Amino acid sequence: MKRLLSAALAATMLTGLAQAAEVKIGFVTTLTTGGAVVGKDQEKAVNLAIEHMGGKMGGLDINLIFGDDGFKPETGKQVTDKLVKQDNVDFVAGYIWSHVLLASRKSVLDAGKFLISANAGPGPVAGKLCHENFFSSSWQNDQTPMAMGEVLNQKGVKSIYVIAPNYAAGKGMVAGVKRTFKGEILGVDMTTWPTQLDFSAELAKAKASGAEGLFVFYPGKAGGAFMKQYQQAGLKNSLPLYTVFSVDALSLPKFQAANFTDVLGSQFTQQWDPTIDNAQNKRFVADFRAKHGAYPSFYAAQAYDSMFLIQSAVDAVGGDLTNMDGMRAAMKSASYSSVRGDYTYGNNHMPIQAFYLREVVKDSGGNWTTKIVQTVYDAHQDTYAKDCSMN
Amino acid sequence: MNNLTKVGWVTVMGMIALAILPPYFLLTGQAFYMDLATRLVILGIAAVSLNLILGFGGMVSFGHAAFIGLGAYAVGIPSYHATWGGFDLIASYNGLLHLVLALGVSALFALITGAISLRTKGVYFIMITMAFGQMAFFLFQSLDVYNGDDGLTIDVRSELPFINLDSPMQLYGLSYISLVIAMLLVKTIVNSRFGMVLQGAKGNNERMVTLGYNTYLYRLAAYVISGVMCGYAGFLLGNFTTFISPDMMHWTRSGELMFMVILGGAATAFGPVLGSSVFILVEEILSSFTIFWHLPFGLMLIGVVLFIRGGLMGLFKGKGK
Amino acid sequence: MDYTLLFVQVLNGLQLGLLLFLVASGLTLVFGILDFVNLAHGSIYMIGAFICASLTFVLGNFLWAVLVALPLTGIVGYALERIVARNLYDKDHLDHVLGTFGLVLVLDTSAHILWGPAGITVPLPLWLDGQVELFTGAVIPVFRLLIIGTGLTVATGLFWLVNYTRLGMLIRAGASNRTMVSALGIDIQTLFALVFALGAMLSGLAGMLIAPITGANIGMGGQIIITAFVVIIIGGIGSMKGAFIAAIIIGLIDTLGRSFLDTLFTLIMNENAAETAAPAVSAMMIYILMAVILAVKPQGLFPPKVR
Repeated sequence: MKRLLSAALAATMLTGLAQAAEVKIGFVTTLTTGGAVVGKDQEKAVNLAIEHMGGKMGGLDINLIFGDDGFKPETGKQVTDKLVKQDNVDFVAGYIWSHVLLASRKSVLDAGKFLISANAGPGPVAGKLCHENFFSSSWQNDQTPMAMGEVLNQKGVKSIYVIAPNYAAGKGMVAGVKRTFKGEILGVDMTTWPTQLDFSAELAKAKASGAEGLFVFYPGKAGGAFMKQYQQAGLKNSLPLYTVFSVDALSLPKFQAANFTDVLGSQFTQQWDPTIDNAQNKRFVADFRAKHGAYPSFYAAQAYDSMFLIQSAVDAVGGDLTNMDGMRAAMKSASYSSVRGDYTYGNNHMPIQAFYLREVVKDSGGNWTTKIVQTVYDAHQDTYAKDCSMN
Repeated sequence: MNNLTKVGWVTVMGMIALAILPPYFLLTGQAFYMDLATRLVILGIAAVSLNLILGFGGMVSFGHAAFIGLGAYAVGIPSYHATWGGFDLIASYNGLLHLVLALGVSALFALITGAISLRTKGVYFIMITMAFGQMAFFLFQSLDVYNGDDGLTIDVRSELPFINLDSPMQLYGLSYISLVIAMLLVKTIVNSRFGMVLQGAKGNNERMVTLGYNTYLYRLAAYVISGVMCGYAGFLLGNFTTFISPDMMHWTRSGELMFMVILGGAATAFGPVLGSSVFILVEEILSSFTIFWHLPFGLMLIGVVLFIRGGLMGLFKGKGK
Repeated sequence: MDYTLLFVQVLNGLQLGLLLFLVASGLTLVFGILDFVNLAHGSIYMIGAFICASLTFVLGNFLWAVLVALPLTGIVGYALERIVARNLYDKDHLDHVLGTFGLVLVLDTSAHILWGPAGITVPLPLWLDGQVELFTGAVIPVFRLLIIGTGLTVATGLFWLVNYTRLGMLIRAGASNRTMVSALGIDIQTLFALVFALGAMLSGLAGMLIAPITGANIGMGGQIIITAFVVIIIGGIGSMKGAFIAAIIIGLIDTLGRSFLDTLFTLIMNENAAETAAPAVSAMMIYILMAVILAVKPQGLFPPKVR
């Protein structure tokens, strides 16, 4: 044991010498448990991004280290601590799950490193806990359901029932839709996360409530389980489904394999879609599909963006990683080409961006994917920005 | 030192290694290994406390993680209110208050759950302690004020006289000394008349009852002592991780504690510490090689059970004792 | 009170309870007869689900897949008994727990490697994918009725097996006195292996039945195993009747708790607090139930007669 640790010690000292010529990026995501399906997609996107950059940022080699959060806040914090303390990374990016981000943020920020969320966007991080070294390459949790609430108003839905998992993001989603939806919310069910995958009781309640619509948030594999049970319960006509983050490019191939046609035509809101027309997105989607034989998910798109956001910072200071102010200013300007198109950052370093209504369709090759139906918001800012003391 | 048994040697060498290596890592800029050692030593205290009842008393508690959680929340809740306001009665950064709360709440929880659980035996005892652990888990999960399942970040650590817990070295020193004291305490208890009755009741309860001992009370006392020690480990763990969540009390965590004790060797002084060390170090090493580290880890556990009697300490039981 | 909703939820609870019974019955057989604590029982549940899911795509039909997957799961169980479990029987419960926990890690990771982390969505034949309206407003998915039917059939079969067949007689005899059965010239090793394989098939069947609802997922076993243990402890270890009754009770409590507790809670707290508290408390209820039952009856509802 002792020998092993001193070997590790010697190894890190050696890399310490070589450190000057590289930029170290830690990427925390979920690589084990059922949540790994999301993490693997992000991993693919990050690797593709590095490939597209030619392995360099600002003249420095990129040293990328993945960390597995095991779908648990505590493990996520431990792996973050290791990246910060042992690997001494310059940036920590990733974080699918809001509760993992909340548990880990302090470790990164207290150490004076940059923290880039490639998915999670819980309210506190955008509001009272906002930090100059934190940036998001995704969204604030409430934004997407707020867009969905707007869609519900436009469609003239008078009442909805809400089902979501009982954790930070689930609460954010419910808060978001409540904020913009003008009709009546007849009931809210929060289910045990992530263990509960059978929603029979909740679906029966939703149906009995007599609501005109059902609003649901189930990320990852739970989304697939929910969609399946919704269809089995035969609610398609009596209780139309409106989802956020529950149908994605990860579940669609599984649905297609199982010929689960009910999912075709279902709609949800998002800040990105594979059909968005810009050079960066076209290259990303085409190369991702060529390499992995499937459409990238929004998780992948945001992870891809997070790398280019970091690149813009390192490029701006010409590889001088001690110039924190320069890198911060570069990221704040959001001047890199994002796959979602141009956006800006608010005072809390959350994107002010467009949101679209997406629909599940078949592409020309018969693959199930999505397209944009309409633009819901042109430039939407989250509501927590006002609680953030930064300018 | 010549009259030390093999087991004795392993114990002494192990404790010396734990005293020297981690500070060495910190001084050479390997802060992460210091963290690892701190976690290991704190969980070692919890495992030692569990060993008192599991190894020596034959009471297999499958809910011991609840005490860790209670101890940790005894730091987190007062600190949270001192930062964000509310609940003036306990809102404070005062470490002594946190400590009193941690020990007091653990004792109370142990007394109530122990009094009920000890009516059962064997597997039923395992399961009823698990049930109480799960109740604590779900109770904290249901508390919206403390973010339920999402957990609580401790912004300010307990403020103690003479010791600054923000210093990794001092926190480790406190944890290490606590571990030594915990081991000595268990040793003293086991060798006392109280300990004799406890072990006697494990072997043959009827006989001890016939001899006129109220074994139920002896067991309850041991259960409460163990719970309080474990709650103390929770107090340290909360201050160490600065992030606490109901997950710390989940049955899988209680299971891990149990595995540490059995892996190292139940009813031995150093076994629980060896178990927690091996558990955490092997996990750390394997997981740095592959995300599928559970596979070799599982095989290792099966191998230990199949081929070594009495856990890893059984390897050193060649002669003596 | 909405009685239609209550009826539907009772059916949902019944379905959950019967699934639990399938897992718990195998567990209680192995525990009661072999005196073996098997944490890996839940992993067999997962393996059953994955085998069936893969076969559904190969054979093109869910029901055929179940028929083929059942004996396959039995074989997996048999192999596990021969390779690992058999060598643990003469050790104590603590060793069982540690060893089978190791087995859980091995099996779960193997499933991750073999089938990937994504899990598999299992398609159902059209006639099973629909709904029936039992009476006005009470619409039930056909497949959930099929689970209820299968569960009740298997339960009946098990009672018959344990109480009226030669194998059942041996099982009962083996549970109360192992030496005596081997003295009768019965190959106790084979008997144990058969019981283990039967338990694996029951657990696997439960996994196959849930797969079209939640999909086959890695880690699904860890969630059900602890509930299954609660069931057999409440019922009394080794008691088939106890497992059945306890499973139904727990299924109903869980479902009804999820259905009505939040409404109840809004009477005493604000809506947001109730939304957070209700799922946690309804999950807590089965443990409260177990603690109360054990406090009153320290050996469960139907304790084994002779040990």
